[in-house]
Amino acid sequence: MVEMNGSQALWESLMKEGAKNVFGLPGGSVIPLCDEMLKQDIRFILARHEQGAAHMADGYARASGEVGVCLATSGPGATNLITGIASANIDSSPVVALCGQVARELIGTDAFQEVDIIGVSASVTKYNIQTRSAAEIPYAVKTAFQIANTGRKGAVLIDLPKDVTTEIMDVKFPENIVFRGYHPVYQPDRREIEWAATLLARADKPVIIAGGGIISSGASQELVSLSEYLMAPTAITLMGKGAFPADHPLSLGLCGMHGTCAANTMVSEADVLLIIGARLTDRTTGSVKTFAPNAKIIHIDIDRSEIDKNIDTVTRVIGDAKISLQKILHHLSILRSSTATNDVWRKKCQELREVNGVSKTNGDYLKAPEVVKTLRKALARDSIVTTEVGQCQMWAALHYDAYLPRTFLTSGGLGTMGWGFPAAIGAKAAKPNVTVVDIAGDGSFGMTENNLATSVKEDLPVIVMILNNNMLGMVAQWQRLFFGHRYSAVELKKTPDFVKLAQAYGAEGVRVESYQELEAAIRRAIKSEIATVIDVPIDPEENVLPIVPPGMGLKDALMEA
Amino acid sequence: MSKDNIIAFLVEDKPGVLFNISNMFRRRGFNINSISVGNAEDTGISRMTITIDAEGRSLNQVVEQLDKMVDVIEVKRLDKLRTVIRELMLVKLRTIDPMAREEALGYINSNHGLILDIEPESIIAEVTGEPEKLDNFLEQVKSIGIVEMSRTGITALEKGQLKLKRSELNG
Repeated sequence: MVEMNGSQALWESLMKEGAKNVFGLPGGSVIPLCDEMLKQDIRFILARHEQGAAHMADGYARASGEVGVCLATSGPGATNLITGIASANIDSSPVVALCGQVARELIGTDAFQEVDIIGVSASVTKYNIQTRSAAEIPYAVKTAFQIANTGRKGAVLIDLPKDVTTEIMDVKFPENIVFRGYHPVYQPDRREIEWAATLLARADKPVIIAGGGIISSGASQELVSLSEYLMAPTAITLMGKGAFPADHPLSLGLCGMHGTCAANTMVSEADVLLIIGARLTDRTTGSVKTFAPNAKIIHIDIDRSEIDKNIDTVTRVIGDAKISLQKILHHLSILRSSTATNDVWRKKCQELREVNGVSKTNGDYLKAPEVVKTLRKALARDSIVTTEVGQCQMWAALHYDAYLPRTFLTSGGLGTMGWGFPAAIGAKAAKPNVTVVDIAGDGSFGMTENNLATSVKEDLPVIVMILNNNMLGMVAQWQRLFFGHRYSAVELKKTPDFVKLAQAYGAEGVRVESYQELEAAIRRAIKSEIATVIDVPIDPEENVLPIVPPGMGLKDALMEA
Repeated sequence: MSKDNIIAFLVEDKPGVLFNISNMFRRRGFNINSISVGNAEDTGISRMTITIDAEGRSLNQVVEQLDKMVDVIEVKRLDKLRTVIRELMLVKLRTIDPMAREEALGYINSNHGLILDIEPESIIAEVTGEPEKLDNFLEQVKSIGIVEMSRTGITALEKGQLKLKRSELNG
């Protein structure tokens, strides 16, 4: 027992959990917390909007594998965090959000800047806690970190009434919290492993779909081993990008609505489909009726509730992806002495990898896929790319080759425009020596561009490459393809001038008109000690292809438009 | 009721838990027909019993989504053949007419009901049993005139050795 105030208890608890950075923005109810922070060895990164702070914490978590922490004041500060918390939670990213709250006696009175953030955040967090005394704070922090970063990871919110942060009490720091109702299963059931291995050993046309679970459990090595052992072509979901090296001969790339021809065809023709750490949303499966119609589906996931939620499986493995894959590999080696040799199947994989979607484009504009590939060539293998959401995200997913886990970060589940730039800043805080690039669109970047101030003033230089089509591009693409080419509310009319905008924040801004200029600009930006915005004008009419029209199956993708 | 499935679960007895559970039902689009809550045998733990008109994937999802919640300790779908099921109902009947009163008392007695209150114009009856029995009673007294009624939703315990809480979690 040590006597201290609630704020001190909070910071000490955070440091015991290994938190080094907190991303946030203060306000009335967290002034005592910020004051106490001056005495602590923790870096506070000042965002210019709380949504950005939450995305920074999320980007930090995804790049490092550690819990990201963000802080906001009560009321609007806390509600501004919500989009960021929801984005992290649905993508199973471990984030702990600290929210100020009005003093205990004012709770429930509609006091100034009071919002019921426990109620508001309930459906977008894995768990949330309101501390009712200073002594509860260390337990709340321990609980939050434990829940956020175990099992299927997610976001946890702690609501801190102002007078709790100033209250002086005897506090104790717990070593561990035992939950009666929370027991993540890491060790898979032996029978499940054996049955999965048996089905895989019998497969003629095996395919693997790897999701974000591979990355959060650190199972990339095991995935490659299994894929090679079975000679199983391996597709990824958007969250799985980086889980399997894009330059591996068995790599199929992205599966789903904007999946590659190779991935969507092979998945549709597989006789055994192994899905690892993926939620199988509509964006991955297309119409569920025609998803992998011939396949016996095996689903490995740490979250039991994902099994049979959207797609019926033949068998399941509940557990950690890394441990499960190790055990399946071990069991396969018992079942079969040599590895598979289905040459026809492998050859088909090779051939389909050459097939790309083709968009008509006008004039001399740079083409988005080439722009993305130019970026890839200029970057090191371990550079980190984040994306905004929409066309830029899908071009990045299709054409940016990610080789390593935690090097391609994107808002998959929520599809949050404005996510990529602050997430890049968070990733840079986690990996200061690695180049971090946000592949942005003009629409998305506009939503969180004020974080340029954070990037410049907090010395977290990242690169923003804007695929600028003066459009809310993905909506425009749907309007062209599915709404009779009628544009409604999508034209951005060349505002703002992103070069001048960058300069206004003290960042570098450059516009490029050719691939050579682009490459030179990227190389300069990598060496620069300040954030760089590279504005790349592209054709407003360019489509992301392939695209599976809404409601259709994976085999019905449009390849040209 | 006969089509409904019964799920019983133990939860941490603390503020916000009921909200989180009903919020999850709402968010996932699960339609609950009845819910009852009360203390369980151990302090700090509440027991909830719900009935839900769902089967297959959707029923499975209710169980899994409940199980996933941090404050839900144990979840089980109850097998009706091996479960004792009860619901309690209070009914206020309009009995100004002496004939109606006579008739009402007859139905209450034949259903082993209790009379909790007698006024010149009305009586309050308590009837307990499986939901079908309560439905039948209501059917019988409908013509007499129901002023108001309140049902608790079912509560249930498994027979014999079966129990909700796994033994290793005792204490």
